[in-house]
Amino acid sequence: MSLAQPVVGVLALQGDVREHLMALAEVDVLARPVRRPEELAEVHGLVLPGGESTTMSRLLETFELLEPLRARLAEGMPAYGSCAGMVLLASKALDGRPDQHQLEAIDMVVRRNAFGRQVDSFEADLDFAGLPDGPLRAVFIRAPWVESVGGAVEVLARVPDHPAAGAAAGRIVAVRQGHVLATAFHPELTGDGRVHRLFVETVRAA
Amino acid sequence: MTASAVGSTAFPLSQPLWKGSEVTDTETAVDGNDRNAQNEVTQVTGTARVKRGMAEMLKGGVIMDVVTPEQAKIAEDAGAVAVMALERVPADIRAQGGVARMSDPDLIDGIIEAVSIPVMAKARIGHFVEAQVLQALGVDYIDESEVLTPADYANHIDKWQFTVPFVCGATNLGEALRRITEGAAMIRSKGEAGTGDVSNATTHMRKIRAEIRRLQSMAEDELYVAAKEMQAPYELVREVAREGKLPVVLFTAGGIATPADAAMMMQLGAEGVFVGSGIFKSGDPAKRAEAIVKATTFYDDPDVIAKVSRGLGEAMVGINVDEIPEPHRLAERGW
Repeated sequence: MSLAQPVVGVLALQGDVREHLMALAEVDVLARPVRRPEELAEVHGLVLPGGESTTMSRLLETFELLEPLRARLAEGMPAYGSCAGMVLLASKALDGRPDQHQLEAIDMVVRRNAFGRQVDSFEADLDFAGLPDGPLRAVFIRAPWVESVGGAVEVLARVPDHPAAGAAAGRIVAVRQGHVLATAFHPELTGDGRVHRLFVETVRAA
Repeated sequence: MTASAVGSTAFPLSQPLWKGSEVTDTETAVDGNDRNAQNEVTQVTGTARVKRGMAEMLKGGVIMDVVTPEQAKIAEDAGAVAVMALERVPADIRAQGGVARMSDPDLIDGIIEAVSIPVMAKARIGHFVEAQVLQALGVDYIDESEVLTPADYANHIDKWQFTVPFVCGATNLGEALRRITEGAAMIRSKGEAGTGDVSNATTHMRKIRAEIRRLQSMAEDELYVAAKEMQAPYELVREVAREGKLPVVLFTAGGIATPADAAMMMQLGAEGVFVGSGIFKSGDPAKRAEAIVKATTFYDDPDVIAKVSRGLGEAMVGINVDEIPEPHRLAERGW
């Protein structure tokens, strides 16, 4: 199936939904917010935005989206999670709440708030595998990193391996498994549409 | 505040940026963080994008005032996106009187330890040393708040001097833009804190939105006078006129006590909600907290708001703003 103009949803329970909708609108898809099971049923792909993963996890359950979302992901619906979205897509999250739900769409262990508190939030240039036109400016906000990945997971970007990066050096911050993409950072905040374009290509090809 | 008061090396010097989302790389790479300055790695903290971006992540969420680690846990369990660590909620500050100051660092540490969501804390208006202390404690956001007794009746804190981001209150657009000029990375309506009376928050939200719409309808050459009248920088006024929104996230605060209050503020254009005394001064805090979270997400769906409004027990008792003598009104603090 190839879609000329796919419908891509943004999970709109909480977080920077608007920025993702705007980034998607730039890459020629129909972008719409998703808060209800019937809205989820209508999209060809879903973005899980930045925000608080504990809040989103709780609201997914309350508003009966958790199981429908798991089912769509199991059927192969393309998805992209940034920051909190990455935490939700992981098979396991460290430093989270024990009752937090994991969508288990990517075989990886992530650590929440791994880089530290807000004063440690930062921007940096990253080499991102498969993206054209050079390094990507990445904005990390109380971001997670990936501690470990399973064999089926492709690593797309790491924090530059430089002594100044300290414990963060070389950490995995962007991954893909099948049709599911995740970044620890927020491409929706920079006006650089390349990551969203990459995701939409996946949706079109799926 | 003089330059020497803050010191020249303790805090990285950020440059005022008017264009939140349009910031270019060269503009952002001005942070003086030592770790970055001495080598080629362009890893920078405390940029406007990082500070304003943090507020973007809180959107659609509820930030709750808490005075103990136990309350912080209840707030997190209920789905709060952040907590505000305080010694006394505004209703108690109002009842007990006296000078209200920054909270004890032990209390803030205890709350930071208790939860995984962001922790905010309040500094007095103009009290830049309280802000330095809060940054050193590792709080995620500082509220330069009229709820505490102002420390400076002329100047607000120069917020560009800090790596930690700030939220400030505003009653109108000019006040919001002056705070952004000083480096605020997030704005909230002031409302009248500690009353449970939402009328002032309504007034402030309507005022800010109406003034934005007015700017949008103006001719380019009328914006100069608008800036003068609003006592705000022309560049910011022009940006708001063009974008139809503030360059930072706008939350609401002050007097929100029910799910319907929160939903009304969202419908009036707030991007998220602060709830102060409204939760832990009510009959069943856990249930009310969760109900306000749900109503904030589904602010435009009356069926959901009706459902979550059932059986919440007693709301906070409340005070009508009209009955508070004007010198005792918190919203009048700040300028």
